[in-house]
Amino acid sequence: MSAQTLFEKIWDQHVIASPSGEPTLLYIDLHLVHEVTSPQAFDGLRLSNRSVRRPDRTLATADHNVPTDPLSTPVNDPISRRQLEALDENCEEFGITLFPRGHENQGIVHVIGPELGVTQPGMTIVCGDSHTSTHGAFAALAFGIGTSEVEHVLATQSLPQQRPKTMAVTIVGEAPPGVTAKDLVLAIVATLGTGGGAGYVIEYRGDAITNLSMEGRMTICNMSIEAGARAGLVAVDETTIDYLRGRPGVPSGAAFEERAQHWRTYLSDSGAIFDREVTIDAAALTPSLTWGTNPAQVVALDGVIPSPDDFDDVDQRGVTERALAYMGLTPGLSVRSIPVDVVFIGSCTNSRIEDLRAAAQVARGNHVAASVRALVVPGSHRVKRQAEEEGLDKIFLAAGFEWREPGCSMCLGMNPDQLLPGQRCASTSNRNFEGRQGRGGRTHLVSPTVAAATAIMGRFASPNDVLS
Amino acid sequence: MKPVRLLEGTAVPLERSDVDTDQIIPSDWLKRVERTGFGRGLFSEWRDDQEFVLNRPEYFGATMLVAGPRFGTGSSREHAVWALMDYGFTAIIAPSFGDIFRNNASKQGLVIVELGITDVESLWTLVKADPSLLVVVDVERLCVEVPSAGWERTFTLDSMTRERLLNGWDDISLTLLREDEISSYEATSDAPTLQGLFDQDGHVVLPH
Ligand code: SF4
Repeated sequence: MSAQTLFEKIWDQHVIASPSGEPTLLYIDLHLVHEVTSPQAFDGLRLSNRSVRRPDRTLATADHNVPTDPLSTPVNDPISRRQLEALDENCEEFGITLFPRGHENQGIVHVIGPELGVTQPGMTIVCGDSHTSTHGAFAALAFGIGTSEVEHVLATQSLPQQRPKTMAVTIVGEAPPGVTAKDLVLAIVATLGTGGGAGYVIEYRGDAITNLSMEGRMTICNMSIEAGARAGLVAVDETTIDYLRGRPGVPSGAAFEERAQHWRTYLSDSGAIFDREVTIDAAALTPSLTWGTNPAQVVALDGVIPSPDDFDDVDQRGVTERALAYMGLTPGLSVRSIPVDVVFIGSCTNSRIEDLRAAAQVARGNHVAASVRALVVPGSHRVKRQAEEEGLDKIFLAAGFEWREPGCSMCLGMNPDQLLPGQRCASTSNRNFEGRQGRGGRTHLVSPTVAAATAIMGRFASPNDVLS
Repeated sequence: MKPVRLLEGTAVPLERSDVDTDQIIPSDWLKRVERTGFGRGLFSEWRDDQEFVLNRPEYFGATMLVAGPRFGTGSSREHAVWALMDYGFTAIIAPSFGDIFRNNASKQGLVIVELGITDVESLWTLVKADPSLLVVVDVERLCVEVPSAGWERTFTLDSMTRERLLNGWDDISLTLLREDEISSYEATSDAPTLQGLFDQDGHVVLPH
């Protein structure tokens, strides 16, 4: 057989039928469900008298709507409450395992899959959420779907899909100190543009990727969708296998080693051809953040706010003008001089244990600036428990950060954690769209270390600014 | 899904690029468990601005939206499609679209018309000069026309999506015709399942 890309291997192994002139019918190994994009899908099943084909391949959690207040506080918003109740009722009726608010396994859907070890190499994984691309860090073909597709997968455990094209994004060289996975992915999105990945599955390659932990790889794959790609992939290596060893969803002992041996086949063969290849030099990267209202509008922490005149393209000039107006920024302003009101450390991009450790290290012994509200929202109860075992909660609390219950929280502000109009936020999440974190709110995407440093300094800062 | 063959109506120019699904339907609208009533939330933040094009009386009742590049990027929320359709739109014309949005639209029968940027610009010019112009989208012939201006362009749609639109087929029924193939695939797959992993209350059953 000719050399295959990782994507092609997984795709080929999941083809149920490929009728000519029609999309391929692809088998789905794991379907993750949450409260926001599922109620109308379950309704559709009921209306047409259908059942869930494989409850044993379906797993649900509450994440988008849950308040991050102490668990004793009720869900006050009646519409959110109704949606959470609908998830309870639907999972009960259709026999699906659910982690409701407060459950020991509950958390953001893209955090719990990997940490439970149910996300495994070579699988196809879907969820009614665009950041399903996160799971690609485990060499799983994972992508977001809409509610009609959720209903389709519930009913048939399969999905008609057009075969995407393949892109290799190779990050060569070594990233300078202080450059995190978040900075790498912001650079990738800035390089490709918000539409550059459309129609592709991206495989991330190169030393700067393989040197990352699984948490870092998840941060990268998570934001594939911000470049328009529905899925990102990283090949299996020993880092992948070590992460999975001992997780609840995998077997132990010899059975694990046997499965691991199979997982080691999930990488692109040498000589495999990609439809497009992009190379980025890691050595040239610096800690970065977004300044505008789309995730490709990236600037170095050491830099200044760009001007519409920096762009030749008329469209880009218009986009830049609009973004500057919305963000309340003027061209030429030094990034480090910009004060923030809120710092949010959380979301499926950066709320895993390693992210919290990195932020806590910066926070340790320092204090959040008086003008700043800083929230830390662990990605799941498992992350929260582990962080508490390591004493990270104490570090954050002593430094004046809020230590909250897990959920999506201020990443999209469906729960009470929202920005007020005009408030500026340094956020470790993945989308800086207008109003994303609350109506009129201004979002800057940053890494956990820059977020923590910014909270302390009250303006955009790097850990070095704090320590010196 | 109802069959869609010929769409006729007036068009509204939305001269913006990167209109993401958070703008189309902001997240406070996602808490609903119903599939209807989202039209009121369409572009709700922008609609506070009286000058916003959807608020201009000359475009009331338009059923086609003509937008800039990368329409519908971002979040997978199908609510964006429900909101556009509930508001009354039957077709979206733009130079490019977010992948998931395009899929979602095709499931609901919202017609996605991809035209080159210069064609989109010329359509903007036409409908700005005369908002009452009738625009026709023909799914059968895959063309968009402004008959009174003698303006006509063709577009492409994959043949399956076109067939589905023309016949009003829903995907699940089509897939269920392949039940045997799904079952025989399942018989050969050794991909892990969640079987026996969690107890009734969702706690991990040890040892696995
Ligand atoms: S954390 Fe944010 S991006 Fe991730 S699943 Fe939740 S809402 Fe979506």
